[in-house]
Amino acid sequence: MAFLEIDNVTLTFRGIAALTGVSFTVDKGGIVSLIGPNGAGKTSMLNCISGRYTPDSGSIHLGGRDLLAVPAHARTSLGLSRTFQNIALFKGLSVLDNLMVGRHARMSYGLLASILYFGPARRAEDAHRRRVEDVIDFLRLSPYRHHPAGKLPYGVQKRVELGRAMAAESDLILLDEPMAGMNLEETEDMARYILDINEEWGMTVLLVEHDMGVVMDISSKVVVLDFGRVLAEGPPEAVMADPAVVAAYLGGEDAVFLGR
Amino acid sequence: MHGQCGLFFRTYAGEAQLFPGRFLKISMLLFFAALCLAPWAMNKYLVSILCLINISVIGAVSLNLLTGSCGQISLGHGAFFGVGAYSAAYLANLGLPFLLVLPGAGAITALTGMVFGLPSLRLKGIYLAIATLAAQLILEYVFLHWDAVTGGSGGMALDPPSIFGFAFDSDLKMFYLTLAVAVLCVLAVRNVMRTRLGRAFVAIRDYHLSAEIVGVDLFAYKLRAFGLSSFLAGVGGALWGSYTMYITPEQFGIGLSVSYLAMIIIGGLGSVIGGVFGAVFITILPELLNFIAQHAGAAFTDLSGALLAMKEGVFGLVLVLFLIFEPEGLANRWRLVKSYWKLYPFAH
Ligand SMILES: Nc1ncnc2c1ncn2[C@@H]1O[C@H](COP(=O)(O)OP(=O)(O)OP(=O)(O)O)[C@@H](O)[C@H]1O
Ligand SMILES: [Mg+2]
Repeated sequence: MAFLEIDNVTLTFRGIAALTGVSFTVDKGGIVSLIGPNGAGKTSMLNCISGRYTPDSGSIHLGGRDLLAVPAHARTSLGLSRTFQNIALFKGLSVLDNLMVGRHARMSYGLLASILYFGPARRAEDAHRRRVEDVIDFLRLSPYRHHPAGKLPYGVQKRVELGRAMAAESDLILLDEPMAGMNLEETEDMARYILDINEEWGMTVLLVEHDMGVVMDISSKVVVLDFGRVLAEGPPEAVMADPAVVAAYLGGEDAVFLGR
Repeated sequence: MHGQCGLFFRTYAGEAQLFPGRFLKISMLLFFAALCLAPWAMNKYLVSILCLINISVIGAVSLNLLTGSCGQISLGHGAFFGVGAYSAAYLANLGLPFLLVLPGAGAITALTGMVFGLPSLRLKGIYLAIATLAAQLILEYVFLHWDAVTGGSGGMALDPPSIFGFAFDSDLKMFYLTLAVAVLCVLAVRNVMRTRLGRAFVAIRDYHLSAEIVGVDLFAYKLRAFGLSSFLAGVGGALWGSYTMYITPEQFGIGLSVSYLAMIIIGGLGSVIGGVFGAVFITILPELLNFIAQHAGAAFTDLSGALLAMKEGVFGLVLVLFLIFEPEGLANRWRLVKSYWKLYPFAH
């Protein structure tokens, strides 16, 4: 069984299908890109994996565990984390605290330790702070450590959100358009970060991205969605040469999509 | 001559302290020394105001934990305060010692708060406000009609608290007791806010979908916020009952709930020190207006009646002006002043 296995997932909203019989796999250690035109169902797919939506039918397994049997908040401790297409940071918390919340599922001291801030709480806070500082260094967020996340520039907020997902030290990280709205330099940085997350931090990546240049450069595998169905799945070059994919893109208003 | 400019920390623990820096530690120490000595130079009336402030601090800080930090609006905090007072009276009349009455009242109120917090799983914002308003009305009804336990409209009497035979039977003694409990409550909330629990509360307030993704069980944590906040409110209510020594249902009406909300809005939502400032401000303001009305009245006798009548209006006006000119609360002003003095005289 593959590391992440999506099998025959169907999702409808009041009778309108967002996903129809979607199946694909993600191997451990890979960077898999999920692409497709607007409204193809990419975000909906991520939402099914992370637990925000529940598919009507089908199954999703991570490392052999049935994810759909587990409530969303408990999936984090099974090794799953994600970022959102629209920035979804905790605006009132500092960058540091946003990242510390990212480790919520990894901490376990109790209510009394919280209230008294003695032994276990103090030690845990200190240890987790160390791990978070590694992420802060890696993403070059140290100038903003104590700034409220909501007041930072857009590009930095995107990085903080990546940091929050990284802080969880999950096995699988879901990234929903991490480069959207970024300039060329920020996009290159982000691509570098994703590669490092994959290679150095050992996280498997499932990436939704519109920037085809990036997708072709960094993916080990590409899955194409169109109208909620899988159109093609395979290595980047093979998928891009697939006549069905070319037709889907060139035929529609998304011709620009392949234009880069 | 050189001094240190700004603050530097060598360890993460150093940075996570409640009062970072020697200056702040010494200032806090001096402040508390002054606060402990002050009542000796005050008359009974002023000391009684200090007692009320201490108790209000507990109420405001606990509501701020629930509403300001966790984002769960509550219009029932006054009634939860009442549950604490009635529980304290009931437990004390059973013959329990005060040291058990206090946490006992807190525990009963925590349970009550969690039950009335159940709708928060489904309801948000204004809808939750209405649900907690219902809690307020239901509890008021219970205070008034559960005669066997609450004494109905007749109310209940309490003896002054006594700990190991020491009776807190004067305003001065009550001042120290309420101060000690208030300080413990504030420290507890401050600790919660710098740990996993407090961060989860703020995460729920700021973006509940992300909170769920990082592994926060929304329902469990909202209930914890209700439980913790109500526990402290119960402790505050128990002190209030022991201090006034006579409780009746109308003391815990919707007016009390609203004034706690006013405290945390004026003080600064989600800020612990803001809750303290708000409680001090809202408790002192009417007394101050009284004082002004009386003294101005002495000078212009024909004015005194008009001034007294205007008091309520002035109270409202001050609140509105505050909301307009200090929308982020006193805590924000405090932060600005603090950072000004930290860098003084070098305004970088
Ligand atoms: N909560 C919802 N309620 C109703 N319809 C929804 C909901 N979420 C998604 N949809 C619909 O499902 C389809 C797929 O949407 P989705 O957001 O997954 O697309 P996407 O591939 O992420 O698009 P984009 O590239 O624009 O982000 C769309 O037709 C959308 O309108
Ligand atoms: Mg999307």
